[in-house]
Amino acid sequence: MQLDIAPLRHLLRVESIDWSAIPDGEAQRLRSLGVDEGAVIEPLHRGILFFRDPLAIRVGRMTVALRLKVAAAIRCSATEQ
Amino acid sequence: MNAAAPPLPTSLPTPLIVLVGNPNAGKSALFNALTGARQKIGNYPGVTVERKLGRMMLGDGRPAELIDLPGAYSLNPGSLDEAVTRDVILGRQAGQRRPDAIIIVVDAGNLDNHLRFALQLIGLGLPVVVALNMIDLAERDGLELDPQRLAAELGVPVVPTVAVRKRGLDPLLGELAATLSGPMSDKPVVGDQTGALDDGEFRALSVRARDIAKMAILRETPTRQWTRLLDGILLHPLAGVVILLMLLFVMFQAVFAWSQAPMDWIEAGFALVADQVIAVTPDGWLRSLINDGVIAGVGAVVAFLPQILILFLFILLLEASGYMTRAAFVMDRMMMGVGLSGHSFIPLLSSFACAIPGIMATRTIMDQKDRLTTILIAPLMTCSARLPVYTVIIGAFIPARSIGPGIGLQGLVLFGLYIAGIFGAMAAALVIRRRVVKGAQGSFLIEMPRYQWPRLRDIALGLWQRAWLFLRRAGTIIFISTIILWALLSFPKAPENSATGQAEYSLAGRIAAAVEPIVRPIGFTKEIALALIPAMAAREVAVSALATTYAIDDKGDEAATARSLGQRLAGKWSLATALAFLAWFVFAPQCISTIAVTRRETNGWKWPAFMVGYLFAMAYVAAAITYWTAVAFGLG
Repeated sequence: MQLDIAPLRHLLRVESIDWSAIPDGEAQRLRSLGVDEGAVIEPLHRGILFFRDPLAIRVGRMTVALRLKVAAAIRCSATEQ
Repeated sequence: MNAAAPPLPTSLPTPLIVLVGNPNAGKSALFNALTGARQKIGNYPGVTVERKLGRMMLGDGRPAELIDLPGAYSLNPGSLDEAVTRDVILGRQAGQRRPDAIIIVVDAGNLDNHLRFALQLIGLGLPVVVALNMIDLAERDGLELDPQRLAAELGVPVVPTVAVRKRGLDPLLGELAATLSGPMSDKPVVGDQTGALDDGEFRALSVRARDIAKMAILRETPTRQWTRLLDGILLHPLAGVVILLMLLFVMFQAVFAWSQAPMDWIEAGFALVADQVIAVTPDGWLRSLINDGVIAGVGAVVAFLPQILILFLFILLLEASGYMTRAAFVMDRMMMGVGLSGHSFIPLLSSFACAIPGIMATRTIMDQKDRLTTILIAPLMTCSARLPVYTVIIGAFIPARSIGPGIGLQGLVLFGLYIAGIFGAMAAALVIRRRVVKGAQGSFLIEMPRYQWPRLRDIALGLWQRAWLFLRRAGTIIFISTIILWALLSFPKAPENSATGQAEYSLAGRIAAAVEPIVRPIGFTKEIALALIPAMAAREVAVSALATTYAIDDKGDEAATARSLGQRLAGKWSLATALAFLAWFVFAPQCISTIAVTRRETNGWKWPAFMVGYLFAMAYVAAAITYWTAVAFGLG
């Protein structure tokens, strides 16, 4: 499933990232924050009011906020750990 | 440790150590703990990246210099800050010698992510000690770590620290001394290595970092319960917005409510000094210079120190607690509506204190178009220098009455001025981003640190640094402009029994007479025209300029002299003029330092010229609309 529509508070494993859909600088920062193929993440919070953008996710022991447009480039699958 | 370190010849230069690590690793807290108040804050030559240099004693008693480098995720810079960090470490930063050793600060609660950068730094071959920082918070969050195993895997000393409680500092300084005293010849030389990694190397380092973290973590329970709980409330789609707005409202109310007593004390202190001057100096130009120039001018501005410190107190608390990035999260979607991102919110909120650190804080914005737009609208955020102006006018023209529990009318008007600045900034951003700085929408990608209690000592140190900068400004720019204005207002002397007042007759009065036709349509008087000229140096000078102008004009009138500036203005200005004056200052770019820092940040005069032009146009239009609306309602 795409991360932008994934349910909150479920563990997900990043299966693939369409890096071509993400600008270079942002892609580098995304990797620096630990969001890469194989990483286990957990969507935690959605943005304000009816926008639901951005999205806060847990990566390891860190919370990272990203926009839905970037999240849409990340494909995940459910995982137990 | 330090006892084992052999003494070094005293002829060796003072070692230069750099503190490096990911953002939110606690570098600044460690820097404060290691250097205390022995800090010097400036900029790196040619760039406006803040350079924090301090002195400390190593474990063997040697003095050393310590630099707190901007946080970075890797040696592949994604922002100007990160480029400076890389260049200083590699010895390529102009005006900065190469460091002799690195303290790598890693967050003990975020090892898998922070160790990747640590591994990259260790790979450079400089002497290194790792500070395993915030170990107490990691334990609170259910982590049990093995520092020895971590040291063995990394191949460098690892010292657990709690910077804010000054725990682990002696062992850290001891290890540092030992590392610096060790043989240098077998260490690789950094030379022209850039430290940059390609995607494959980056991934390999990430995997290695995760493996080491797993080995160093003995026990782990679910993460950051407190942070998750608080985030559930503060990032709530509805409650999050309400809480942020309430926080901002409380902040602006507090600026008024808490500052009254200390402001009265400062004013009483200056009045006492003025009385002493009258007692010991004969009536003449010297007394006029000291009382009407220096004390009326500088005193009028220094009295606002409590308000400025209250504002900074809130901003420092929001930053230190970890809330600032949550505010950015909450605001991102709204900022997106005007073409910006939540990244811009942090510099813009800092600009409420002062546009200069706000503009400098834009360096962390990755998207250059977003960054430029944020710089151009930062002066619209109501900075602390506007407070003296707002306070005097609101105090003089708006009644101090309560309009609800804990809500004063004056505070509400002040809040309204802040809101006007925010809306002005958003409107400007929308137009600038669509018409001037065109391009694709920027991004929002940010790490949100865990919450922590701000440390009193760090907040106090931050406040002291801001207070000192403000007083230095009062003692230099404001002092000099006040004296020049006093001289321009005092000479030539108006003839005895002249119908023309001294201010009007003076050289300054004649300059103001030339400017007055331009500002007359927006309800401004000649005195206001006069005050606006020196206020180009800094907005708060407008208050000292008005104070000096009226002090000189009321000279000899004891009753008038005894009145505060606010009382004098209330007797001389119409409400329409006062409101137009407030509207002018919501937009006018009257701050030389802001213009200068914009020039430096944008590498030329094109953007500062654009900024000054559009802000003056907005100020003029806003003042005109306010004045004529007020006149239409019979307030002229």
